[in-house]
Amino acid sequence: MGTVVAISDSWVTFTVVVNGERVTRTVEPRMLLSDFLRHELELTGTHVGCEHGSCGACTILMDGHAVRSCIMFAVQSDGHELTTVEGLAASQHELHPLQAAFREKHGLQCGYCTAGFLMTLVPFLRENSHPTEQEIRDAISGNICRCTGYQNIVDAVTLAASTMSNSTAATHSVVSE
Amino acid sequence: MKPAPFRYFAPTTLGEAINLLSEYGYEAKLLAGGQSLIPTMNFRLAQPAVLIDLNRIAPLGYIIPTAPGGLRVGAMTRQRHVEQSALVAERAPLLTATMPFVAHVQIRNRGTIGGSLAHADPAAELPAVVSALGGTLIARGPSGERRIPIDEFYVGLFATDLAEDEILTEIELPPMPPRSGYSILEIARRHGDYALAGVAVQVEMDAQAKCHAARICYFSVGEGPVMASGAAAMLVGERATSALVEAAAQHAATVDLDPPSDIHAGARFRRHLAQVLGRRALVEAFSRAGAIL
Repeated sequence: MGTVVAISDSWVTFTVVVNGERVTRTVEPRMLLSDFLRHELELTGTHVGCEHGSCGACTILMDGHAVRSCIMFAVQSDGHELTTVEGLAASQHELHPLQAAFREKHGLQCGYCTAGFLMTLVPFLRENSHPTEQEIRDAISGNICRCTGYQNIVDAVTLAASTMSNSTAATHSVVSE
Repeated sequence: MKPAPFRYFAPTTLGEAINLLSEYGYEAKLLAGGQSLIPTMNFRLAQPAVLIDLNRIAPLGYIIPTAPGGLRVGAMTRQRHVEQSALVAERAPLLTATMPFVAHVQIRNRGTIGGSLAHADPAAELPAVVSALGGTLIARGPSGERRIPIDEFYVGLFATDLAEDEILTEIELPPMPPRSGYSILEIARRHGDYALAGVAVQVEMDAQAKCHAARICYFSVGEGPVMASGAAAMLVGERATSALVEAAAQHAATVDLDPPSDIHAGARFRRHLAQVLGRRALVEAFSRAGAIL
């Protein structure tokens, strides 16, 4: 763990690793992690939907596990490693295999919920390399999509599971924590 | 949709946390997993002046076997860890079976067992499950440790027996009795939502294949977990039959419970659900205990 430094009653300084980069910032303790990512670090790929933990749009990885960034305070990420959707692909010029599968299978329309789905599914596919349709539907039950009716998302996950298990190299890039 | 300002403390020892709680009393809120508290703060339904974050107190997250065959679970153990624990699956399979009902995996990665128990949401599964298991809660305050039987822990809507300077630190679960069986069932509009009604059951048979003990606890039908004691009394000493189970479930739904009507479901519908779920859960629990209904 890092060390949270209370600057005053209303400001705290903390250090967190985001997409492999170490950052130290001073914020109000009430700043939500989702707002910290978007406004302080300008990582606007993490979207904010309901802001009370129901819709899943703000899902990110903390130490490799999917969490909702709108119901955590930024200061609580002190000493932890975060991955946002910006940290998924190996470079700016390519897509992560899961992203590629979403594109291939039309797993998104407006795209608002997509980052949350991706960040929920990365650890799921790490633990379930050959999921059934029911397992996929259970896995995405905490993410709301109002465009696709979910069918194309399920198809995308099925495709991603097969491409990722066929490509060990791709799987390795996913689990780098 | 943003929390009001508060003073933030992140103690690294339990003693420090208790001191802070003694100093600030009801002005302060404890932050465990935050999966209920932070949404409430986002809505500004809760505006604590002081937040005491328990997440840096490392020794509060553990699952330890006890000598008689039960479990001690640290209050800050993440729900996801409970769900994936082989020890819990072996010694408290009802708890393992409950976890998929508790919100979604993203929530369970943060949410803690102690946080859910102390938050005392009447629709939450864990208070009812620990009630069905007959657990004991361990609280620590300035004057030391206190053991609270789960039956005495819930005192009203979102209210527990914890004093303003006490912290729930551990959940102790007794060993599963021999010839026992369990079940948890609920009806929710969507997977992961709070239930409209639900029930957790543990039954125990004696050597003559009669019911020796039954704990039937409903959730989302009252101000907290509701024990269906009348229904349980109908079962004890009797051989479990479909007719008896049906009558017990009916008694639970019509006499033991007094469910509220709200925007999610009316009282009559909740009673109906309680009867159907109670019957199914008892059948499942008795079957697991070896009864042939």
